[in-house]
Amino acid sequence: MDLYTLTAHEIRDMIKEKKISSKEATQSAINRINQVEDKIESYVTVLPDEAIAQAEAIDAKIAKGEDVGALAGVPMALKDNMCTKDVLTTCSSKMLYNFKPPYDATVTEKLKNAGTVLLGKLNMDEFAMGSSTENSYFKKTKNPYDITKVPGGSSGGSAACVSADEAYFTLGSDTGGSIRQPASFCGCVGLKPTYGSVSRYGLIAFASSLDQIGPMTKDVKDCAMVLNQIAGYDAKDSTSVNIEHPDFEKALTGDIKGLKIGMPKEYFGAGIDTEVTDAITKAVENMKALGAESADMSLPLNEYALPAYYMISSAEASSNLARFDGVKYGYRAEKFSDLLDLYCQTRSEGFGAEVKRRIMIGTYALSSGYYDAYYKKAQQVRTMVMNDFKKAFETYDVLVTPTSPTTAFGIGEKTSDPLQMYMGDICTVSVNIGGLPAIVIPCGYDKAGLPIGIQIIGKPFGEATVLNAAYALEKTITKVRPNL
Amino acid sequence: MKYETVIGLEVHAELSTKTKIFCSCKNEFGGEPNTRCCPVCTGMPGTLPVLNKAVVDYAIKAGLATNCSITKYGKQDRKNYFYPDLPKAYQISQFDLPLCQNGYIDINVNDETRRIGITRIHIEEDAGKLIHDDYSNESMADYNRCGVPLIEIVSEPDLRSPEEARVYLETLKSILEYTEVSDCKMQEGSLRCDVNVSLRPVGQKEFGTRCEMKNVNSFRAAVRAMEYEQKRQAEILDNGGVIVQETRRWDDVRGESIPMRSKEDAQDYRYFPEPDLVPIVVSDEWVEQIKNTIPEMPEQRKARYIGEYGLPEYDAFILTSSKKMADFFDATVSEGAKPKTASNWLMGDISKILNDKELEPADIPFTPAQLAKMIALIDKGTISNSAAKKVLDAMFAEPADPEALVEKLGLAQVSDEGAILQMVNDVLAQNPQSIVDYKAGKDRAMGFLVGQVMRVSKGKANPQMINKLLKEALDKA
Amino acid sequence: MKITKEEVLHVAKLARLNLTETETESLINDMGNIIGFADKLNELNTDEVLPTAHAIPMQNAFRADEVKESFPREEILKNAPDSDGDGFLIPKVVE
Repeated sequence: MDLYTLTAHEIRDMIKEKKISSKEATQSAINRINQVEDKIESYVTVLPDEAIAQAEAIDAKIAKGEDVGALAGVPMALKDNMCTKDVLTTCSSKMLYNFKPPYDATVTEKLKNAGTVLLGKLNMDEFAMGSSTENSYFKKTKNPYDITKVPGGSSGGSAACVSADEAYFTLGSDTGGSIRQPASFCGCVGLKPTYGSVSRYGLIAFASSLDQIGPMTKDVKDCAMVLNQIAGYDAKDSTSVNIEHPDFEKALTGDIKGLKIGMPKEYFGAGIDTEVTDAITKAVENMKALGAESADMSLPLNEYALPAYYMISSAEASSNLARFDGVKYGYRAEKFSDLLDLYCQTRSEGFGAEVKRRIMIGTYALSSGYYDAYYKKAQQVRTMVMNDFKKAFETYDVLVTPTSPTTAFGIGEKTSDPLQMYMGDICTVSVNIGGLPAIVIPCGYDKAGLPIGIQIIGKPFGEATVLNAAYALEKTITKVRPNL
Repeated sequence: MKYETVIGLEVHAELSTKTKIFCSCKNEFGGEPNTRCCPVCTGMPGTLPVLNKAVVDYAIKAGLATNCSITKYGKQDRKNYFYPDLPKAYQISQFDLPLCQNGYIDINVNDETRRIGITRIHIEEDAGKLIHDDYSNESMADYNRCGVPLIEIVSEPDLRSPEEARVYLETLKSILEYTEVSDCKMQEGSLRCDVNVSLRPVGQKEFGTRCEMKNVNSFRAAVRAMEYEQKRQAEILDNGGVIVQETRRWDDVRGESIPMRSKEDAQDYRYFPEPDLVPIVVSDEWVEQIKNTIPEMPEQRKARYIGEYGLPEYDAFILTSSKKMADFFDATVSEGAKPKTASNWLMGDISKILNDKELEPADIPFTPAQLAKMIALIDKGTISNSAAKKVLDAMFAEPADPEALVEKLGLAQVSDEGAILQMVNDVLAQNPQSIVDYKAGKDRAMGFLVGQVMRVSKGKANPQMINKLLKEALDKA
Repeated sequence: MKITKEEVLHVAKLARLNLTETETESLINDMGNIIGFADKLNELNTDEVLPTAHAIPMQNAFRADEVKESFPREEILKNAPDSDGDGFLIPKVVE
């Protein structure tokens, strides 16, 4: 049996029990990368030599009996919008094609301290804007279940990588569904934590009030295990919440007796493939068999979350991405006549079409005369959407919905109509608007064999609840591995 | 036509916190370019700001000292614009919920008290500096100043002349100094102001169109800029023209302002709430706590100088208009110097030297103890007043113990009666005609003889003693 | 919602983007569609609703006023497209 097929917690335990070395686990993952990466193209940067050296260092410490952290020796990979000191961090953009940050993101630091081994940096939609990873400047990542299909996005590299066993776990970031939708498309587990649970320091910002980092893993236990390491207050992030988190792994009892599940009807209607709604409904039946209770309910404002999301996220992005101007880091246009021209040329050449589109929309929404009508209005609708959720959670413990209206679509299939692409985020964005935690796990497969992800949404800081619900459900699902 | 001038000022003061506003880099003037920087203040991707609590404390303090109400629920906003001294391409400032609002300060102009409204005080970050000298075809961005905390103090358009504006600025400066919110070093750019000027026919209620002037780096420049603008606008109006609302740049060397080019690219700052920061909620306890840290303000101190030390009102006013000066004065007095003497030296020679060297009271290189000692040397008769001036110059050049300087410069007075008597006798022997003149009642003869003795002593003889001995000798002669 | 060419070019100027003719044309269309979609928000009456900046309510996240060492200058400048070792070089700015 090849080690790379194992889950992260299995690898962790085997290293701890000295059944294998970190170097073996790392070498196995690198072998797998060598085997399938040409097909999948999930990595922007692979660090085979560095990873082996890191693994050897961990092994040496283990041999000496030193404390090496909770995830000692487990190889993983990070989405390429998380800063890694002296290691390329590109956001899959020409704009940052050569950027080597002089600092680590807080998650990078935390995972380093936990003893993990960094295998490389993962492909994504440029600056996390997109739902298919087709907006990467460097490459198009393929879906491991069907390489003619997209892996979803924007964390498509993170999802495809872990799904194809090219790393034991990865991190993604989620602004409007960027962890959950690719997890759904690639048949892996993805969790977007409550806003403020995981530090955003060193995550190259897309939309500051919506972005969250989360684990993308092979199973729910891995997800809880990784969340234990990355969650927690960080003084470097003013929006990081200072609360005590439970041990998420220990919270996985599998007992969901009496769990109250709400099924918002707005997520099951027109526009959602019946194969998808059928799989979700069937999964809820499985949960009920385990003692959970479910009821249909309504989140009437859901349809307004999407336009509100696009206004807020684009507005924040237009400001966050203004710093990329060819002066301090990254790409600088070769030809320019003066400072203004340097700015304009650099930004026009350095950003791709989708990023420019969002910058344009966001600049428009903030500009004089439109602020109240679009940005402020969206922030008000945000309040209303949040109140909708608050009311729902007075009755229900979790809400269960589809993750995406369809399973993975074909590469190039949706690139011509941006608004159509945005519509695909209908099931995921309201969670970001509300700052809520939500997990996605595979709950079935369509006729073509493509995974279908179920989304379980919790109340703020209810990660333990959604993880446990997913953990119970996971046991009732027969997982199909991609055939590579 | 007769016009009334209407002036409003926006003063930016750098706060004297230890660290920058959003990162832990040192808040200090100067330094080698880009050596007081980190990923946060240079706007590197992924970095996040964390607000320095002292910045809020200082701003509240400034607000309380200017009679503002403190905003209970404040927030910060992004002001978006591209410029190479602003690495994030937005400045974190405050838009609609500034920390302090609706205050005032009272100023004294021509013995009349005028109340000038303070619209708001908000916190924001300073930008970096662009260096043009030493570079031919390029400019260089230095980010040391990026993230230095600022408060912007916006006045109501309550000022009616450049002179009033000057007094307002002086008064505001001393408030900021007294509260130790800012060191107010103009030449280091700790205090800068933008000036808004408009004219209206006397008697008209509505304000005229205003022009804003930037790059005003000293109070003197501010007054000149306002006077220039007053004249420029009056000329336009007198010739039947209209004032165009615009931002102008003051060129202090040429003594004129020129319109800035921003016209074609009408500014749209796209303010929106800074999503990387959370609201600032100020409790009553917090405000109370800061209230307790506000020290003796200039008015109180002035009263003390008049009452306790018997200083003339004018002297007390001048001394207290700068906190550093008043602190120096207090310390000199507590070192044993007579208040009036200490005041005379500080207001006279010391202020003159500071002015000539374009220094501030904070830059006085010697200690109050050294000044007190110098004064004591005069009182003891060790040095003359004119010798003391030389000692003072030396203390400015290289601060040292005044006694050692007197020694080194050979400035000690000759007060040895025998030695001076010898000189007196010599001089009298050489000037018999003067003795005759003196006896004949010619006062000038006395002056001449004193001068001669002084010359012989190379200026070191104690003048009172010369007078006394000379008189005695002449009376005997 | 119709977005005019002038609006697109004005916004591009604010955002410091040079657009090609093709880009301009497709942005007129795309922005019109997307902003038109956002006009859906007007169906909701928000008169009495306070805007929300963060979903999780937070306040007073402060840092103590304590100096930490700055970064070495080489680290700050190492990613600069053009630097002389002292600072970031840019085309001459006339102020």
